[in-house]
Amino acid sequence: MNRTALIVCAVLAALIPLVAGDYYINLSSQILIAAVFALSLNLLVGYGGLTSLGHAAYMGVSAYLSGWLFLKFGMGHMLSAPLALLGTTLMAALFGLVALRASGIGFLMITLALGQVLWGLAFRWVTVTNGDNGLSGLTRPMPFGIDLTGALPFYYFTLIISIISIVCIAAFAYSAFGAVLRGTRDQPRRMLALGHNVWMVRYVTFITAGFWSAVSGLLYVYYHKFIHPAALALTNSAEVLLMVIAGGTGTLIGPVVGAAVVVLLKNYVSAYVERWTMLLGFVFLLIVLFMPDGLVPGVKRLWMRFARRRA
Amino acid sequence: MSRRTFLAATSALAASTAMTVPRWALAQGAPLKVGFLTVRQGALAAGGKQMEEGIQLFLKERGGMIGGRKVELIIADTGGNPVGAKTKTQELVERDKVHVIIGPLAAFEALAIDDYIGQSKTPIISPSAAAEDLTQRKPNPWFVRVSCSSAQVNYPVGDYAAKTLGYKRVAVIADDFAYGHECVSGFQRAFEDAGGKVVQKLWPPLNVADYGSYVGQLKTNVDAIYAGFAGANGLRFLKQLREYGIKTPVVGSGTTTDEGILKQMGDEALGVISGSFYSAGIDSPENKRFVAAVNKDYGADPGYYTLGTYSAGVLLEMAVKAVGGKVEDKDAFMKALRNPGAINDPRGTWRIDGYGNPVENIYIRKVERKGGKLVNVVLKTYPNVSQFWTYNPKEFLAAPVYSRDVPASKFLEP
Amino acid sequence: MFDKPLAFWLIQSLNSLSLGGLLFLLSAGFSLIFGLMRIANLSHGAYFMLGAYIGLSVLRAGYSFGVAMVVAGLAVALMGGLIERFVIRRLAGNPLAQVLATLGIAFIIADGSLLVWTGDPQQLPSPEFLQGVFRLEGVAFPKYRVAVVGVAIVFAIGLWLLLEKTRIGAMIRAGVDDMEMARGVGIPVSALFTMVFCLGSFLAGVGGVLGGPILSVYPGLDTDMLPLALVVVILGGVGSLGGAFVGSFIIGFIYTFGQTLFPDLAYMILFLPMIIVLAIRPRGLFGRIGA
Repeated sequence: MNRTALIVCAVLAALIPLVAGDYYINLSSQILIAAVFALSLNLLVGYGGLTSLGHAAYMGVSAYLSGWLFLKFGMGHMLSAPLALLGTTLMAALFGLVALRASGIGFLMITLALGQVLWGLAFRWVTVTNGDNGLSGLTRPMPFGIDLTGALPFYYFTLIISIISIVCIAAFAYSAFGAVLRGTRDQPRRMLALGHNVWMVRYVTFITAGFWSAVSGLLYVYYHKFIHPAALALTNSAEVLLMVIAGGTGTLIGPVVGAAVVVLLKNYVSAYVERWTMLLGFVFLLIVLFMPDGLVPGVKRLWMRFARRRA
Repeated sequence: MSRRTFLAATSALAASTAMTVPRWALAQGAPLKVGFLTVRQGALAAGGKQMEEGIQLFLKERGGMIGGRKVELIIADTGGNPVGAKTKTQELVERDKVHVIIGPLAAFEALAIDDYIGQSKTPIISPSAAAEDLTQRKPNPWFVRVSCSSAQVNYPVGDYAAKTLGYKRVAVIADDFAYGHECVSGFQRAFEDAGGKVVQKLWPPLNVADYGSYVGQLKTNVDAIYAGFAGANGLRFLKQLREYGIKTPVVGSGTTTDEGILKQMGDEALGVISGSFYSAGIDSPENKRFVAAVNKDYGADPGYYTLGTYSAGVLLEMAVKAVGGKVEDKDAFMKALRNPGAINDPRGTWRIDGYGNPVENIYIRKVERKGGKLVNVVLKTYPNVSQFWTYNPKEFLAAPVYSRDVPASKFLEP
Repeated sequence: MFDKPLAFWLIQSLNSLSLGGLLFLLSAGFSLIFGLMRIANLSHGAYFMLGAYIGLSVLRAGYSFGVAMVVAGLAVALMGGLIERFVIRRLAGNPLAQVLATLGIAFIIADGSLLVWTGDPQQLPSPEFLQGVFRLEGVAFPKYRVAVVGVAIVFAIGLWLLLEKTRIGAMIRAGVDDMEMARGVGIPVSALFTMVFCLGSFLAGVGGVLGGPILSVYPGLDTDMLPLALVVVILGGVGSLGGAFVGSFIIGFIYTFGQTLFPDLAYMILFLPMIIVLAIRPRGLFGRIGA
């Protein structure tokens, strides 16, 4: 997607608070957090060709680390944020060693299992995680002394972080390294023959994906001021994967669109449709039947056809 | 106007309308907006439905009016997870501008929204979430509970088991999450205070596939088994227990054989003794009327979910009347909610303690078959039980919150 | 830990066997579909649950357990066949779209079941003649669970006969080994796919009814069962029904004894061994297809 379009989107996003009340601003914050989360997974799924069903683990661990450092040591966010990111990235580095022993369905299963182990740990390690009660009484950071308690300031904070994240992820994905990554996705054997270390490329991507997931985890815990083992559940990992696929894995903006669709359906449509889980299922089914590459490529195709007919 | 522009314009219009059109306010004058947090998806949906039935029945009986104001009930489905609870609570407060919230269903949902409730100063009446700390170590002036704390109903069970039933050795099995831990702790403290011994503790995970391996581990040389489950797990465990031919008597928390789930059980539930702040078998005119009304509208006996929201309605009405309908004066309204005096509802007469939790009768019930249907017959009433049982509140609160290891198990046998 | 009485080992071994049997009934269908069509049918748990609900309704209408099994199996098979024909078939070679489709269908089935059968958990009664216990060495064990093991073995033998001794079985095995060659040799792959998907769905539906008396039927059964099916198939090895059979019993033992002997690890007792096995041998114990 070209640069001007992205800038237009960013500007529009910045203007949302002018037309909407607190509720919609909060909803937009949630969409942004889900978008960063989905984009991080897309590094693996879309650009790397590695489908992971355990991505919620990194978001959750980052959130827990931030909360735990605050509650246990009274640590401020200036210190706890980088520590949480570091801790999660190290965990991703460790897990990547195990997960990348396989690819395809084996990779899927290992990531699922790792995610489930962490979920179980979050439940059982009560002294650290407070188990099923979750960690509450958490705070939002105060960058440059600005109070983020209100919906509006928090939204702009999240918007800035999200834009930075998207730009970095785009830079990563469309760099030379990103090209090699996409090569390993499409033709792993040829890339090996060309002398690339396919494993290392994937490993670096795995860690990077974990890092950006950790960023979304921080935004998540700042927004909710609460973290519960449910954040690491399989349903969460499945949901972010669905966001990525529904939006379109091959594109940068696809996961963002997918995140928006799922968040809106869950939070907004659920107020009007009682059986919204079923509706969500039908939406996915329809996307798969009519736009199997995802919403963004599908809508792009429709638009092209539309444009061609007008021309 | 080109077709493309027309389509773009109509979709923009539709989008903006969808974003700004409010729900219809049904009232002339300012309605009393009551937000209702429930669950309509997944495993908790059964409880959510019973909660809805309770409040709808209450409103129906009052003709949709409370304290002279028309009630607008705004139902929000949290999906049964903490994030959903938080988002829906924000929706109710920020978008729908509710005056009071009834709900949520689950303890972890209540804990997730606790901070926000305090920050937004929204009065909330909890009909169900039993987490101890909500009215103990994490008090929130905007929170009031009409059900119980998890351990509160289990102290009498422990006491009854030791003193009346004469049990000396009990094996405990409960859901491995905060609610299960707190229930067991309540039972254990009272039971061991009265001379009993908990000789085994098993904690099956919430989503365990098969209870067979747990049934196989339960000691047989015990006087009884304490079962602390909620929802489907109690039904599944009891069935498997009896499938294995184990005849040991079972005692449990009120949720193990709550009326809401008892109707789905069979002979495996017979004889199970439990403790709860409610039983459909309470022999009072008010309760009989209530049970008959629930049966008429919904075809089954009320359980604690149905009673919880109905009670919330009763309390709400008392508070609204106490402030003369001016719920907009939040401080006065909340004060009235926390200090209503004596409350009369189908469970009996009860009060609210200084922490926002009920002081109420706890009924020891036994499952029997009457008229072809399983019911909880009331055997004994423990009057005016508080969340602190017979303990000193200051000491109680200074100690850590109940968990798997609090209180410590001193009598476990290998 | 090892000072437990004989009764303990006996009953937990029997528990392991019965859980293994149940897991095989759950995962056989998944293994078949995955092995031949390379489709991870993430709706499989939902099919299992739907079978249980349909069986429940059939039993309530007054029919026997056997009839409930057959009707549930056929109903789910029919649904599976339609889904394969109109949805899955269009997603050949697009594994991500398959994930989206099968998960979407799982949502629909799960929520639809809530709508039709309500959210109340329900008991599915076992057949009269299988109620009660066997007594052995001072240990009582439910007759029904023994029957489940028996049925699992019967199904395993039946499937083995199908795969090894019939022409269709030969075609399926050919497809699993090398799809391109099989097509080249003239095997009607499309029809075969639909058939296998129907068979897999049938097994899921029947499995749901058979599992009902042990698991009960409740919303969430699908998400509780799906990870188990995945673990069995991956551990046992993709593409190998024998692997699924052995894997089921191994998982049954690990799960049962693991929970008993290491209660603190109860939440992870399935996944830790799986990580270890996959890290060492990514294609699973008996897998024919590289993971």
